[in-house]
Amino acid sequence: MSTIKTIALTATAAAILTSTSAFADCGIKGNANVSILGNDFPALHAVFSAAQQCAGNGVTVTKNHNKDYKDLMVPALSANPAEYSTTHVSNATLVTLMNDDLVRPLDALVAKYGKDLNKSQLVTVDGKVMAIAFMANAQHLFYRSDILDEAGVNADELETYEQVLSAAQSIRDAGIMEYPVALNTKAGWNLGEEFVNMYLGTGADMFTPGTAEISINNADGVATLNMLKSLVSYSHPDFLTFDSNATQALWEGDKLALATMWGSRTSGVLDDEGSTEKVVMNTEFAAAPSFNGGTIPTSSLWWDGFAIAKNASEINAEASFIAMMNGIATEMVEANNDTATWLIKGYKPSKAAEGVTATAMNGASPYPMLPFMGALHGAAGSELSDFLQGNESAEQALSDMEAAYNVAAKEKGFL
Amino acid sequence: MPHRTFFWFIIPSLAAMILFIALPVISVITQSLHVEHEKVLVSSESCGPFGCKQITTIDAAATSELRADQPLGKFSGFDNYTNRNHLAFEEVVLAWKSSESIGAFVEKLLNLPFYKALAFTLTYTFVVTPFVIVLGLAIALGVNALPKFAKGPTIFVSLLPMIVTPLIGSLILFWMIDGDGVIGASIQYIFNDPDLSLKASPSLTWMMLIVYGIWHSAPFSFIVFYAGLQSVPEDTLEAATIDGANRWQRIRYVVVPYMKPLVVFITLMQLMDNFRVLEPIVSFASEASATSLSWIIYKDLTSDTQLFGSAAATSVLTIIGIAILLLPVLFRTWRDFSRTAH
Repeated sequence: MSTIKTIALTATAAAILTSTSAFADCGIKGNANVSILGNDFPALHAVFSAAQQCAGNGVTVTKNHNKDYKDLMVPALSANPAEYSTTHVSNATLVTLMNDDLVRPLDALVAKYGKDLNKSQLVTVDGKVMAIAFMANAQHLFYRSDILDEAGVNADELETYEQVLSAAQSIRDAGIMEYPVALNTKAGWNLGEEFVNMYLGTGADMFTPGTAEISINNADGVATLNMLKSLVSYSHPDFLTFDSNATQALWEGDKLALATMWGSRTSGVLDDEGSTEKVVMNTEFAAAPSFNGGTIPTSSLWWDGFAIAKNASEINAEASFIAMMNGIATEMVEANNDTATWLIKGYKPSKAAEGVTATAMNGASPYPMLPFMGALHGAAGSELSDFLQGNESAEQALSDMEAAYNVAAKEKGFL
Repeated sequence: MPHRTFFWFIIPSLAAMILFIALPVISVITQSLHVEHEKVLVSSESCGPFGCKQITTIDAAATSELRADQPLGKFSGFDNYTNRNHLAFEEVVLAWKSSESIGAFVEKLLNLPFYKALAFTLTYTFVVTPFVIVLGLAIALGVNALPKFAKGPTIFVSLLPMIVTPLIGSLILFWMIDGDGVIGASIQYIFNDPDLSLKASPSLTWMMLIVYGIWHSAPFSFIVFYAGLQSVPEDTLEAATIDGANRWQRIRYVVVPYMKPLVVFITLMQLMDNFRVLEPIVSFASEASATSLSWIIYKDLTSDTQLFGSAAATSVLTIIGIAILLLPVLFRTWRDFSRTAH
């Protein structure tokens, strides 16, 4: 008994010793507290853990991974001093923070510590650097080469959603799968995202330029909805409950042949967990298709990055920047190359990044950074399911969406 | 009791009630009468990993000045109550005028988010509540008739559905009814239809939520009735037996009258509880088919665009809704009470 105890104690002591000796001297001067808030997915774990190596010598680095970080973000950064000195942001969430003036310009810090950054990593608004981007994400096409072969479909002919539809029909006709297609169409945020992605493929503006007035109730909107409806007719009837976890599970469960999913899911699909070799070997990625005779991919490009809280003290802000720069250093990328589509120097694009890269190369638009975009996204997410279920016309769904947006935008003071 | 003593006696609870009930309600009502300030929008250029683009941003300094002057926001009267996302007066009138039949009107009404949510909330409340009462009484009678040694374990097992947190309980059920889950796969097997899905159609989703609600709440009414059964006097029951009453008659004419105050209590609790149904809707991802008033509040507060005024207005409407539901029960209790007091 006592031997076991001694061994356990020695092991613990050794673990403590190694963990303290693992800290890297990042060059943070003085006593500083770095606290990081962010979403919960593998790439962010890699970044935040690398940032944590700066702890020691009077510097503490704490992190909080939370799927609901979007809800925590605004109240936590509104406090003075801010609850978190730095937070994970994306195109959409940076706008939310900037709406309330909660993040600080980073130009001085970039000049001092940002020599390793690519210029494209700097997210500037009105000439001021407001965030540092480190990874890209977009929804794109996943397909199963073996099933397409079996159904006699040429995988090169999946450039438009019209071709995807006919491929799906061939798969159904060949009796391979009744429901070969899936998109993340869970009512709410996911469905809203599908609408935005498809609509971006038309190339039309969602708002009257320069104003917050919505303009989706038109022929482009109808085409968008009709394409979504055609696609979900090849989806399992449960499609209104499909989020990323559900579609990934279906894919890994050998139940899909064509799907539009997030680029951040590719490594999860390709790893040796949760699926069979047959599925993994035959999973291929391609750019998000275009539709309706256009050439723009029906997807929005997202970046993930970090911003520094305005209400953090100067010392903590500077320390946070240094720690996060350590988090997104080339060494971190080398150790986690396939976890994400990194925007950082030293990244070697792998198979997992093919879809995102191809989507960006084909000219997809970034997710619109507009203060009232959230209201449109929300309105799309809640008003379109009736149409997809076949209970109302496309025109009715669009005018419902328009009405829901107008109410929300009025309440937020945009109209 | 002299008035002075009575006053000092109740002052702690009165203070607590004002602090924790009255003030929050007043604050919610105040909030519901306001919307956010007009945002000062400016156009600027934004650059990032995917190139540069002209974007619209909020002039934070100008907007915060507006906010400092009137921290509550802009007074909007009852706009939050009458707009399309709530009572939608304009849309309802328009729907009434443009509809040729009641059916068409109802269809248009249910296309409005508030009425869609209200329809499910009321259906859920009025189906789940009576089922819970009847089922709870039946379980209580059954358990009461068990031999002593079996009672403890049976009570524990019967209480389990209530012990499981609603969010978790409904999530587990959601996975079980999936096409690959044990219940979903069994149903497909029984009906010999591999595409049958409980999540796919609104009517099946409603049924599933209601069944979940009954499953979750029945233990509550069971345990209350079971406690009540222990107080039914043995001699009255014996007298009824001697008078030749069978088991059903003893229940109908002796037990049930004794249970009446408990029925009122459970009805009150269940009406309140069921009217604010939320967790199963979140867990079952049933937004497309069924929503509730509480779910609307939840959505307003958690979406990308947080709508505090809107959430406050729905909260006030929920309070009014519960008050209307409870009124008949409370009125009846008050009448019975004043009758016995004289």
